[in-house]
Amino acid sequence: MSDIRCRELCKTFRQGEERITGLDRVSIDIDSGEFLCLSGPSGSGKTTLLNALGGLDRPDSGSITFGGRRIDCLPRGELADLRLREIGFVFQAYNLVPVLSARENIEFVMQVQGVPAAERHRRSLAILAEVGLEGLADRRPPAMSGGQQQRVAVARAIVSRPRLVLADEPTANLDSHSATRLMALFQTLNREHGVTFVMATHDPRVMAFAARRVSMEDGRIVADRVQEPCAPEPA
Amino acid sequence: MNLTWRLAWRNLWRHRRRTWLTVSAMVVCNVLLIFLIGLQLGSYDVMIEGSLGPVTGHLQVQREGFQEDQRIRDSVPAATALARTLRRALPEAEVGVRGTAFALASSEARSFGIQLQGVEAAREPGVSTLPGMLAEGRYLRGEGEEIVVGRLLARNLQARPGDEVVLLGSGRDGSMAAAVARLVGVVDSGVAELDRALAQVDLAWFQSVFAMGDHAHALVLRLPHLEAVPAAKARVQTLLPPDSELVVLDWDQLQPGLRQAIRTDMVSAWFLYGVLVLLVAFSVLNTQLMSVLERTREFGVMLALGLGPGRLARLVAMETALLGGLGLVLGILFGTVLTLALARWGFTYPGMEEVAQQFNLPARLYPRPGAAALLVGPGVVFVGALLAALYPALRLYRLQPVAAMRAV
Repeated sequence: MSDIRCRELCKTFRQGEERITGLDRVSIDIDSGEFLCLSGPSGSGKTTLLNALGGLDRPDSGSITFGGRRIDCLPRGELADLRLREIGFVFQAYNLVPVLSARENIEFVMQVQGVPAAERHRRSLAILAEVGLEGLADRRPPAMSGGQQQRVAVARAIVSRPRLVLADEPTANLDSHSATRLMALFQTLNREHGVTFVMATHDPRVMAFAARRVSMEDGRIVADRVQEPCAPEPA
Repeated sequence: MNLTWRLAWRNLWRHRRRTWLTVSAMVVCNVLLIFLIGLQLGSYDVMIEGSLGPVTGHLQVQREGFQEDQRIRDSVPAATALARTLRRALPEAEVGVRGTAFALASSEARSFGIQLQGVEAAREPGVSTLPGMLAEGRYLRGEGEEIVVGRLLARNLQARPGDEVVLLGSGRDGSMAAAVARLVGVVDSGVAELDRALAQVDLAWFQSVFAMGDHAHALVLRLPHLEAVPAAKARVQTLLPPDSELVVLDWDQLQPGLRQAIRTDMVSAWFLYGVLVLLVAFSVLNTQLMSVLERTREFGVMLALGLGPGRLARLVAMETALLGGLGLVLGILFGTVLTLALARWGFTYPGMEEVAQQFNLPARLYPRPGAAALLVGPGVVFVGALLAALYPALRLYRLQPVAAMRAV
C-alpha cells in the first residue's frame, strides 16, 4: 500500500474577481522511500500539491491519506504535530531564523519535539557534519552563503528523521555546484535512510536526480513516469 | 537559558533602537509612577498630620456619644489618673487632657459664641501644633486666667493681647460659669473655622470655672507616626476602666471627611496614572505588533515546521515579558534611587516654604518609599504590557502557514 494517497484533490483560489484553479481532481500515490519530483510551469499546481501533502493547506475537496491516516480533515493542532514529527520542509528561500545560529536553528525544532538538551546538541552537530557544515555550527544565517544556508535548512528538515521531506524549489537560489551538492545529499538521505522526497522544481538538474517525475499543468497531472536517476557525484 | 527564551531575547534586539525606545518609555513611566505614588503617599501623611495637628490628634478617649453631640455633661471622669495610666502604658505617645465648653466671649466691643478648650498648657504643644501657630503674643503658661484665641475671633472681638475677654457659659453641674481672662496670644491656624471660633485656656482654670472637678472631655494622644495608630488604639482600649462608657476614637472617626478627601484625590491621581499606563501599553502594542507583522513570513515557516499556533503566541508573550521585565527592573531601580534620595533629603518648590511655615508644616516634601509606591505602579505597567501583547499574540494564533509564508 502507498504511504501517501491523494484522491480527486481540488483547490481553487480567489484572486480579485478571478477564480484560479490550483488543483483539479489530482490523484497520486507515493510509496515510502520514493524520490519524486513535481515539474511544470509556474501556476501548474506544484506548490499547491506540496502544501496539501504537507498539511499546510487544505484541499477544497478530495482526500489525502498519510501512512493510512486521513490528514486533510485533521484539526490545526494535530496537523502541526504531524508536520513536526513526520514531515520535513525545505523552502526556496531557506527561511532560517536569523537570530539563531546554524546549530540553534536545527535544535529549535527538536526542542519543540521535546528532545532533551544533550541529545539535541549531539544530533545537531552530527547532522551538520553530515551536510558538510561542521565548522559553521555557531555561525548565524546572515553570515553564511546561500548554499550553506540551504544545507542548514536541509539539516533542520531531516534532523528528526522524518518519513517525508517536501522541498519547494530547493535549488532556485543556488549556483550550479551547490545545487548538485544538495541533490547528491538528498539522494544519499533517500538511499541510506529511506526518507521519501517530494520536490517541486523547474530545474532540469533536480529533475535528473529524481527516480520518478510527475509533470503538472493547470492543476492537473499530465504525465507520471519513472526514470533512471543521475548517480551522485563522487565527493 | 532555554532555547525559546534565548530566541525571544534575541528577537527583542533585532531592532535595537525600537526596543530601547519602548523600554525607555516603560522606565520613564515606572520612575514617574514610583516617584508620584511615593510623593502622593508622603503628601497624604503631611495632609493628615496637617489636619490632625492643630486639634484632633491621632487618638482621643471620650465619653461615648460626645463626638456626635458635644454636651458638657458627657465627660471623662478621673481624667488626670487616666492620662497618667496612658502615659505609662504608651511612653512613645504624647497625651494631653482637654475640656470643652461652648461659651459666649465678650470684649469691650463685641460678643461671639466660641468653643472654649481647657488644655494642659505644658503638654498641649506635644499633642497639638496650635501653640506653634502664634501670630501675636505668646501661648498659655498654665497660670490661670489667660486665654489664647484664633486670629479671626480676635479680629471679630476687636481684641489684642493684653485685653480682657469675658467668658459666660454653663457649668457641668448646670450652674452659670462666668470668668474674665486676659488675652495673651492670637493663633493663626490657616483654618478659618478654627480661627473664627476656637479659644484655649488653662485646663485647671477651665475645670474650676465650669465646675468640672477632675472631669475632662477628651484625652488626646499623638503618636510618632500614623502607622502606630491601630496598635495604640487597641492598647488604649484595654486600659479603659470597665463599664466606663468611654470610647477610643482614631483620627478616621474623629475626622471622617479626611479619608474621603484622600480617596477622592487618589481616584483622580489613579486616573492620571491609568492614562500613563495606557500610553505605555500602546507603545508596547505598537512595538510588538510591528515585530509580529514584519516577521509574518518567519512565523509561517515556524508553523510549517510544526510549531503549534499556541507556541508562537507564547513566543510573543515571552518577548513581551522580557521587554516588560527590562522596563520593570530598570524602572524600579531608577525610581527607587530617586525616591529614596528625595525621601532622605526632601524637595521643595518656590513659594512652598512660606505656605508650610504659615500652616506649621514641614518646609520640604518627602516622598514615602514603600512596597506600594515601589511595586504597584511598575507592576501595573508590566501587566499592561502583557495585556498589550494579547492582540499580536492573537494574530499569530490565527495565522495560516501558507498565507503567512506568502507575506513579504
